[in-house]
Amino acid sequence: MPRSTTGMKFTDEERSLAPVAGTTIGLSAVWRAQVKRELALARRRGGDLLNPLLFLALVVVLFPLGISPQPDLLAEIAPGLLWVAALLAMLLSLDALFRTDFADGSLEQLLLSPQPLPLLCLAKVFVHWLLTGMPLALCAPLMGVLLSLPGTGYLTLAASLALGTASLSLIGAIGAALTVGLPRGGVLLSLLVLPLYIPVLIFGAGAVQAAIQGGGTAPALALLGALLALAVAAAPFAIAGALRISVNG
Amino acid sequence: MWTFIHKLGSPKWCYTLCGRLQPGFWAAAALLLCVGSVWALGYSPRDYQMGDSYRIIYVHVPSAILAQSIFIAMAVASAVLLVWKIKVADMAARVMAPFGAAMTFLALFSGSLWGVPTWGTWWTWDARLTSMLIQLFLYLGVIALRGAFGSADQGAKAVAVLTLVGVVNIPIIKYSVVWWNTLHQPATFTLTQPPAMVASMWMPLLVMVLGFYCFFIALTLYRLRNEILRRESRTRWVQELAD
Repeated sequence: MPRSTTGMKFTDEERSLAPVAGTTIGLSAVWRAQVKRELALARRRGGDLLNPLLFLALVVVLFPLGISPQPDLLAEIAPGLLWVAALLAMLLSLDALFRTDFADGSLEQLLLSPQPLPLLCLAKVFVHWLLTGMPLALCAPLMGVLLSLPGTGYLTLAASLALGTASLSLIGAIGAALTVGLPRGGVLLSLLVLPLYIPVLIFGAGAVQAAIQGGGTAPALALLGALLALAVAAAPFAIAGALRISVNG
Repeated sequence: MWTFIHKLGSPKWCYTLCGRLQPGFWAAAALLLCVGSVWALGYSPRDYQMGDSYRIIYVHVPSAILAQSIFIAMAVASAVLLVWKIKVADMAARVMAPFGAAMTFLALFSGSLWGVPTWGTWWTWDARLTSMLIQLFLYLGVIALRGAFGSADQGAKAVAVLTLVGVVNIPIIKYSVVWWNTLHQPATFTLTQPPAMVASMWMPLLVMVLGFYCFFIALTLYRLRNEILRRESRTRWVQELAD
């Protein structure tokens, strides 16, 4: 067990950052340290947590005002509408994913770390999903009440959003990594990422539609899971590559 | 073979090779497109259901095929850039992108013109129309991302990553949209089955497809030469060429 000069044991976090031979640690410890760091940062920033949820609520409120408050009509468009609103909320939160780290230089430290960069990126994206996608999935059913979503759709809505937003985080992080070095990357990010979001939207909204119409939701949810499996396997490498390009040129 | 591929990586050698290949492809493109258009518009039989309006297929199908091929060609060039760091590959990817976007737009536009007499509408949310529209957005995203980077090298690599991500997603998008909604007739040419049209209809179509390919290759060679000169403008051989 390596010891620091003060005689105290290294914490996992300290060791994960030490590029000295002999102090390498297991991947699970790297994962834990990175997740802990991201959670601590999110806790200190605070307010950012609530913003995507408020955005979702506001977008949902716009539609009855803009289209019609009739419950029948709203119930018909509710699944797609909730999914689109949640997707846009995810998209807006993505711009900040790497930007603060890029601004204060900790992104460069991340790239210099001897630990595998795709794993570190995956940990970052996991926390992003945990703090954005998961709350959206939990709150969307509440918004469903506002849109008089039929009763059979609620559970599927939450489940499909929980699965789907994870894919959205992973795919979106590629775009965020590509645009992090650009001064006005926000609009460009949406342009790059939205076309790639379409399959997730189709299967996610499709699952909720199927649940409302009394059909089987398993196929659509299974396809969402398949997309997530592909994204988890491939996206971290694309994110890592994109970050290296954005930071090192 | 390997030396040939290695030589391609040298901008100067690539420039001369493009110059040598170019006239042949221009001639082939002109010949095939002329023969194909006259054959298609003048001599191929009328369709018993759609009448003469089906002749839009002779522009629609070649442009749709090219729109997909060009994205794949760009993805191959991107992979070559990322793996072997060959700059010429990026120049090729760069000059192909606008033409690919134009072909995608042409496929959508001709399809929409064709939709009026046959389906009675300019636009319908059919699977293949939708996936083509999304592909147009992917092309535009690639072009926009390149424009946003100040440094050409950094932009090249970023665009390469995006192109590869896009090419992985195109089949996913396509099938997700197909399961979502479809009205379009199935593909005219597939590798596994003989075409359902009579030979006098699909032969001119094949000529048109080949003509479009030759035109694309000739135009790419032409634009690649310009791109090489622009990017290598500081090297001695370009300056000697200019003098």
